[in-house]
Amino acid sequence: MSIVVPDNNKPMKRNGFRFDIKTWGPFIALIALAILGVLINSAFLGADNLSNMLTRSAFIGIIAVGATFVITAGGLDLSVGSMAAFIAGVMIILMNGLVEQFGVGITTVLFGIGASLILGMGAGFINGVVTTKGKIEAFIVTLGTMGIYRSLVTYLADGGTLTLDWNVRDVYRPVYYESLLGIPIPVWVFLLVALVGYVLLNYTRFGRYCFAIGSNEKVAEYSAIHVDRVKTLTYVLQGVCVSLATIIYVPRLGSASAATGVLWELEAIAAVIIGGTVLKGGHGRIWGTVVGAIMLTMIGNILNLTDAISNYLNGTVQGIIIIVAVYLQRASWKKNNV
Amino acid sequence: MPTLKTTLAAFATAAVLGVPATASAEDYTIGVSIPSATHGWAGGLNFHAEEAKKRLEKLYPNVSITIATASNPGEQANDLEDLVSLRHIDALVVLPFESGPLTDPVRRVKQEGVFVTVVDRGLTEDGIQDLYVAGNNQEMGRVSGKYIRERLEDEGKIVVLRGLPTVVDDQRVEGFQSALEGSNIEILDMQHANWNRDDGFEVMQDFLSRFDDIDAVWAQDDDTALGVIEAVRQAEREDELFIVGGAGMKDIIKRVMEGDDLVPVDVLYPPAMIATAMDLTVQHFMSNGPVLGEYILASPLITQDNAEQYYHPDSPF
Repeated sequence: MSIVVPDNNKPMKRNGFRFDIKTWGPFIALIALAILGVLINSAFLGADNLSNMLTRSAFIGIIAVGATFVITAGGLDLSVGSMAAFIAGVMIILMNGLVEQFGVGITTVLFGIGASLILGMGAGFINGVVTTKGKIEAFIVTLGTMGIYRSLVTYLADGGTLTLDWNVRDVYRPVYYESLLGIPIPVWVFLLVALVGYVLLNYTRFGRYCFAIGSNEKVAEYSAIHVDRVKTLTYVLQGVCVSLATIIYVPRLGSASAATGVLWELEAIAAVIIGGTVLKGGHGRIWGTVVGAIMLTMIGNILNLTDAISNYLNGTVQGIIIIVAVYLQRASWKKNNV
Repeated sequence: MPTLKTTLAAFATAAVLGVPATASAEDYTIGVSIPSATHGWAGGLNFHAEEAKKRLEKLYPNVSITIATASNPGEQANDLEDLVSLRHIDALVVLPFESGPLTDPVRRVKQEGVFVTVVDRGLTEDGIQDLYVAGNNQEMGRVSGKYIRERLEDEGKIVVLRGLPTVVDDQRVEGFQSALEGSNIEILDMQHANWNRDDGFEVMQDFLSRFDDIDAVWAQDDDTALGVIEAVRQAEREDELFIVGGAGMKDIIKRVMEGDDLVPVDVLYPPAMIATAMDLTVQHFMSNGPVLGEYILASPLITQDNAEQYYHPDSPF
């Protein structure tokens, strides 16, 4: 992989028009999967189904946008699923507790949302600082925090399920279930997060630093980049994304338990890699990540729309599609560089 | 009977740890080994174990109960060893994480002369346990199927959300299907929702976009049922169908109590069975009648009329 030259150093062809399978690969895979979906069941293209699917993909998608930064800068965050469960738990407890003081209005919900953002940033900051200042591998640090948040939410819920006050839920419910201009609110949030992420990663100094650090941390350091600061910032960004995902997750079922967000970290990482970001860092694509997240949800959706495949084999189908999707991209990497 | 060697070993361990090695003739120590509270049902299990411990220790001052929770089969095997060597238990109440891997560790406890009660998940070998307390999964499925069949008057279209792909799920589905045999009820599709609320929501959303006509939903589990309820509410199809869950979660029982049309009944498969097992185990020492064999709990249909007796508002489940 070391001989791969980053895109931007390559001489651009005149007009810059060349079909680049690296960029378009994930989109093609998505379209292929969608065609498969239609063939299996025409209900796949129903407005309801499409809107359900996109709304569902918003959780993993938003988290995966944050993960794109962390991974591009050469890090890894395994704690996102547990973090989401923990934040959801604290939000619910807080809002239930505030009902007496502020009633069941918007104020209570806003407090919950505020708490979520603060917790997300804080949790991300801890991951970042312990990784950089403590000089411990991100894998270990976030494996540790993953266990900590998971057990904290179990503790808060007494092993059971935390349920949001029924009346608060009615106020909060539209955040997941309502639409704006025909598009569900979670999808808007997902789109907005992706847009901001795209600009941050591709058009700012911070984004370029992420690429530089992920490519070679030592060189980045010698180039006077505050490596620790930038890396910590990627974890904070990840924390904010987790918190945003949680803010739209809580009104869906109004509950949190030890089973909330299990394996979200792996789905987020998978979405990022399917999208064309390199796991060892140095190269990231936000729109690829978005497509990756939608693809993962789409696989589950298609499997639910057919009974042709034994339920026991769902995991096999998912696994094969993920590996093939990534293989197609990697194979084209080789071809383009020969 | 403990051999001389094991007795000496127990004395040695006890001496090191400062635990009294021999209890007086009337004192009984009971070890309870259960999975930790990682999901709703197990949360209820922990709650009811603690409640039973408090109640029994108050009732019988000469009984002391130790509860050990494990988060995987390996840890549970370690717990069993510790209960024998450090606590010197007279009886063990164990809900095995998995039947296969824990059969041998439980056998070794038995070989120390401990009275063994196995709960819910049977061991893979006969003759180890003295007492077996469990719910009846097949019956649970059958009761659910029977209700749906009667309510739909032998005719209709239903969807099924299965649990985690395990023996428990298979037995329930078997029982369910046997209850529907010979009727004109068509199972449109079955998908695994893994006894999980989020999965229940998503699988049901997909069922709803796929089928225009659904008369009933068997969710098999109350967590799944809560997800199903939200999906149905979102699609605004509350009026065309009803949902049957299972287990006896307080949120669902409450709805049944209040006469919710969407969730008219529930089928019991209670985590409180751990308390039943602990009661019976204590009775083995206290009663003048024999306490041996199998105790299989019924899976009654919970309706608005009898819901109150199954409602535990303090339980986390």
